[in-house]
Amino acid sequence: MANVNMSTSASTVDGTRPLPAAPEITRVRRVARGFKRNWQLYAMLALPLAWLIIYQYVPMWGAQIAFRDYSPQGGFAGLHQADWVGLEHFRRFFNLPNFWTVLRNTLVLNVYALIAGFPLPIILALALNYVGRAWFRRTVQLVSYAPHFISVVVIVGMLFLFVARDGVVVQFLQVFGYEGGGLMEEPQYWKSLFVWSGVWQSLGFSAIIYLAALSGIDPTLHEAAILDGANKLQRMRDIDLPGIMPVAMILLILNMGTLLSTGFEKVLLMQNPLNMSTSEVIDTLVYRLAFDSPFPQFALATAVGLFKGVIGLILLVAVNQLARRLKQTSLF
Amino acid sequence: MASHATRDTGVDRAFNITNYLILFLFLASVAYPLIYVLSASISSPQAVINGEMWLWPVDITWEGYRAVFNNPRIVTGFQNSLFYTVAGTFVSVVLTILAAYPLSRKDLAGKNVIMFLFLFTMLFGGGIIPTYLTVRETGLLDTRLALIIPTALSVWNMIITRTFFQVTIPDELLEAAQLDGSSDFRFLWDNVIPLSGPIIAVNALFYAVAQWNTYFNALIYLTDQDLFPLQLVLREILVQNQINFDQMTDVTEMMRRQDLRDLLKYSLIVVASVPVLIIYPFVQKHFVRGVMIGSLKG
Repeated sequence: MANVNMSTSASTVDGTRPLPAAPEITRVRRVARGFKRNWQLYAMLALPLAWLIIYQYVPMWGAQIAFRDYSPQGGFAGLHQADWVGLEHFRRFFNLPNFWTVLRNTLVLNVYALIAGFPLPIILALALNYVGRAWFRRTVQLVSYAPHFISVVVIVGMLFLFVARDGVVVQFLQVFGYEGGGLMEEPQYWKSLFVWSGVWQSLGFSAIIYLAALSGIDPTLHEAAILDGANKLQRMRDIDLPGIMPVAMILLILNMGTLLSTGFEKVLLMQNPLNMSTSEVIDTLVYRLAFDSPFPQFALATAVGLFKGVIGLILLVAVNQLARRLKQTSLF
Repeated sequence: MASHATRDTGVDRAFNITNYLILFLFLASVAYPLIYVLSASISSPQAVINGEMWLWPVDITWEGYRAVFNNPRIVTGFQNSLFYTVAGTFVSVVLTILAAYPLSRKDLAGKNVIMFLFLFTMLFGGGIIPTYLTVRETGLLDTRLALIIPTALSVWNMIITRTFFQVTIPDELLEAAQLDGSSDFRFLWDNVIPLSGPIIAVNALFYAVAQWNTYFNALIYLTDQDLFPLQLVLREILVQNQINFDQMTDVTEMMRRQDLRDLLKYSLIVVASVPVLIIYPFVQKHFVRGVMIGSLKG
């Protein structure tokens, strides 16, 4: 999509190419006439476009403070007075004592979440698809979607209560001889607590898309399989699973595109000084440098954020390319 | 859907039993924490701490809920969140339609360029610091607008809405209206909006739930406690464990308060989640539809 747009806009702006004059004029005239006839459409777009420019593109332009000696006191006016320092802030970021820890945490946490969150919604959808009783099916759906609507603060609040020293999870573990304290203070459990509470929350809602894919499977396949004497397990394995695999692969690949930024709001809430060694990720480092420090370092924080943004963009484009190729070779 | 079988064989019967078993496990593991919180919110704190209460309430008490509704910060937060949700959803839906409708029109010159401007922001952004500076420069810091304007439009919702318009508004309808001399604004108001009930519902729900549940923007944009949304108050109480009871006089009173603290947390979790959880079963189909239209595009 991006490439197409680039090329069309380039051919209109590009004046060096020796184009015949006549078509160029009619083209301009046609655009002008189109604009005149559709001016109300542009009027509708005015507000959203103004919003887009102010709150999306102005910040992108402001991201140049990552390359400047900018102090937090200056507004945008101070931005131009700040000297260029090149890649100095990036160098400082790479030389931070916890740089490698933060990078590793970010990757491990997201890969863990991606893998752990992948199979369960598929199993749920496959199982739901063979439920004859409509009320049971609807009950399971209703209950399993519910956590999706609970706020991240409440989820973390529940988690804190459950895994506290006297919480229900620790009580349960004590039956099996566990003798430690609250789990949130133990860095080695932190990632698992983060990931599995996330799986609990998103499981049901993630199954929706697989249920849709299952309902799109040609029923004659099932009928033919039944005539051939296939049982339900064989039909699930040989018809349903292959039927939703393309969707699953595309979702998996697309999710890899956001590999650096899963659940920042939740990570921030779940952090405490004791678990920081396993919980600090790039996004929370940005927050800490800018808003949670006696000396707010806006320029450094912006550089860290920009580093993540650029890597993320590359990942996303690569992954999209991959998904597109897969889509062409797959069933649909 | 998949119940084409005329008669179940032995394997099928085993399959069905396993299937129900698996689903019951799913159901139980999702429902248990929810039931536990609900029960703990009306059980005596001692029974919760010593494990006596594990599913249904024990020694029922309403102290927790009384403490929640007597806490002025929670009540203010609740009212603020209601305001942010209603006002924010309205602004967001209007902006989304104003962007989505023109971009759904085939005859809009420059459509692809404008579309690209929107799409690009899904791939890349300036980051939280430059966004914060922009919000500061536009004078929204520490105002209610700070929670409404900067996140007013979701490009994802806009694309879903645009797809809906492209699919459901027939070209003939537009041509007929144009022959009658109807302007684009008139057509949008008289013809498009009345046909767009489902997509407006999807949008309103997505925006409202997101607005009700978020805390981060409030954390960095607001310092005035009177403006805090509920989620920020929840963060202080549930996550940072800061509850301001009045003066604590003696030791037994303090003990009681310590117990009350957890009880209040459980009650607060229920109070904060109930508005959304009560509404969602009635609008579930809209959510599902929203996800479907989204996947259609993806």
